[in-house]
Amino acid sequence: MSDPILTLKAVHTDIAQYHILQGVDFEVPRGEVTMLLGRNGVGKTTTLKTIMGQWTAKSGEILYDGQDLKRLPVSARARAGIGFVPEDMGIFSDLTVEENMVLGATSGPLDPQRKEWLLAAFPALGTFWNSEAGNLSGGQKQMLSIARAMAEDRELYLIDEPTKGLAPAIIATMANALRELKAQGRSILLVEQNFLVAKALGDSAVVMDDGRVIWTGAMAELASNKDLQENLMGLSMEAH
Amino acid sequence: MTAAPDHRPTFADVSLGERLGKAMPFLLIPILVVLGFFAIGAPSSWLTLTVSGLAMGMMIFIMASGLTLVFGLMDVINFGHGAFVSVGAFIGISVLIALGDWTGATSLLLNMSAVFLAVAAAMTVTGALGWVFERVIVKPVYGAHLKQILVTVGGLIVIEQLIHVIWGPDEIFINRPEMLKGAITFAGAAMEKYRLLAVGIGAVLFIAMRMILRRTKIGLIVRAGVENGPMVEALGYRLRVVFIGVFVAGSALAGLGGVMWGLYQEVITAGMGERMMVLVFIVAIIGGLGSVEGAFIGALLVGLLQNYVAFLEPKLALVSNIALMTAILMWRPQGMLPVVKAK
Ligand SMILES: Nc1ncnc2c1ncn2[C@@H]1O[C@H](COP(=O)(O)OP(=O)(O)OP(=O)(O)O)[C@@H](O)[C@H]1O
Ligand SMILES: [Mg+2]
Repeated sequence: MSDPILTLKAVHTDIAQYHILQGVDFEVPRGEVTMLLGRNGVGKTTTLKTIMGQWTAKSGEILYDGQDLKRLPVSARARAGIGFVPEDMGIFSDLTVEENMVLGATSGPLDPQRKEWLLAAFPALGTFWNSEAGNLSGGQKQMLSIARAMAEDRELYLIDEPTKGLAPAIIATMANALRELKAQGRSILLVEQNFLVAKALGDSAVVMDDGRVIWTGAMAELASNKDLQENLMGLSMEAH
Repeated sequence: MTAAPDHRPTFADVSLGERLGKAMPFLLIPILVVLGFFAIGAPSSWLTLTVSGLAMGMMIFIMASGLTLVFGLMDVINFGHGAFVSVGAFIGISVLIALGDWTGATSLLLNMSAVFLAVAAAMTVTGALGWVFERVIVKPVYGAHLKQILVTVGGLIVIEQLIHVIWGPDEIFINRPEMLKGAITFAGAAMEKYRLLAVGIGAVLFIAMRMILRRTKIGLIVRAGVENGPMVEALGYRLRVVFIGVFVAGSALAGLGGVMWGLYQEVITAGMGERMMVLVFIVAIIGGLGSVEGAFIGALLVGLLQNYVAFLEPKLALVSNIALMTAILMWRPQGMLPVVKAK
């Protein structure tokens, strides 16, 4: 197998005076969906923001495609091929849906074929194409945030809780879009609280607790082992 | 939160109401103009005052547009902005004085060529000055408002003193180019040619700025950056580069405003920019910091109100703008067209 697209080695991150990430190690294999799991407040979002550069890693290595990202500013990491869907979605609410999508295509105009594909995956975006994004519902904003990250072909997608607050039918839509992305050979690091979605999409899983990785392995293994789930995350599939 | 509706139900209704709310500030301008008409009574005086209020408003807008975007994008409070107004005026007026043969000729072509060269020189110098100012004075204090106020006021003082050193301590009087002198009469109202020109330039600039902000990608980046800078960076855009561009363009526009204001007053002083800053800040604040359209409406309101009130009740002219600011902030505390901040 080829090198992983992303490797974190002993990454530490401080937020203000707090030592939040306390040595995070894991890999995201190419062309796979890697789930980043764990209870609330264990540092999943902080991990994604550290990879993206919104928080600065105090020490450790973040290797993307063999290159250490630590020295690069946020924008350079995005241009290197990382798409980011933040937990708060980061929608530009004064701009229209179209304008949000245009900005998602960083290196050039929005490719018409790609636009067609994304509108087929998220039909609501087409309906509200010329409306201000601030007027969208929460779920629609969620879709826009993901579609915007996908507006340009990127190598690796960091996606923070895309299904938060979504109705089941829409969750399925979302999951399908991510599956198509994977089918195109792209890599995804996905934070997800919905264990059913995690189970359905994930190839491998990374479980965090208190700013550290406490378990890595195949998603199927975690999904089939209720005791393990209970131990790692204090929940089992039934509880969800 | 619920599922996304695939139909367009209530959404269209809501957006109609929203649109009306957004249009409301624009309606204030015609409302004020109509109120002015009834308060003043004499149509010819009203027309004269309206043109001069619009002219004044356009010039304030030109000075304020850069300031409001600079604040919106990087949260930078730049009191040094007034220095660009003064420098622009001194450079531009010096060029006009040097081209005295052209400005004194009764040829519109020669007159306008001189004005064009004066403006080009002023904008080039103030744009370059803005670039240096950003690197040397503003960059080290990103994110610290108190320090920004202190160092940019310091920068303002230094630049004003440099003007004294270069051009001497006295004010400089200037005649407008021949063809821009005097007034034309329309419906019994005298309208100074120069004011009409200023209104035209301001309107063209506003439309051009609006087009850039709405129709170009760089404009989208600026608008998105005002709302949520970190997300713009996370999409791969170098916000700092965009910011420097906006800072330089804003400085150049302040320089243009300085030349125009100098020709309007027919006298320039090193402190003129500093004095204009009060109005510029009022306009940026009531417009909604970060909003170019808000600054435009605010500037026209300030210009019109000041002219109407100065005619009706000269003693109140000075407080009219503060009263306007108070009223608008009571109505919309974030300004007329508030910018949504994601931060
Ligand atoms: N801006 C901040 N200032 C201070 N502490 C923060 C900040 N952001 C996060 N934290 C702290 O860092 C820890 C990790 O937060 P993080 O958002 O990474 O958790 P998470 O795993 O994404 O949780 P959730 O599942 O609730 O989204 C938490 O204890 C949180 O309180
Ligand atoms: Mg989180």
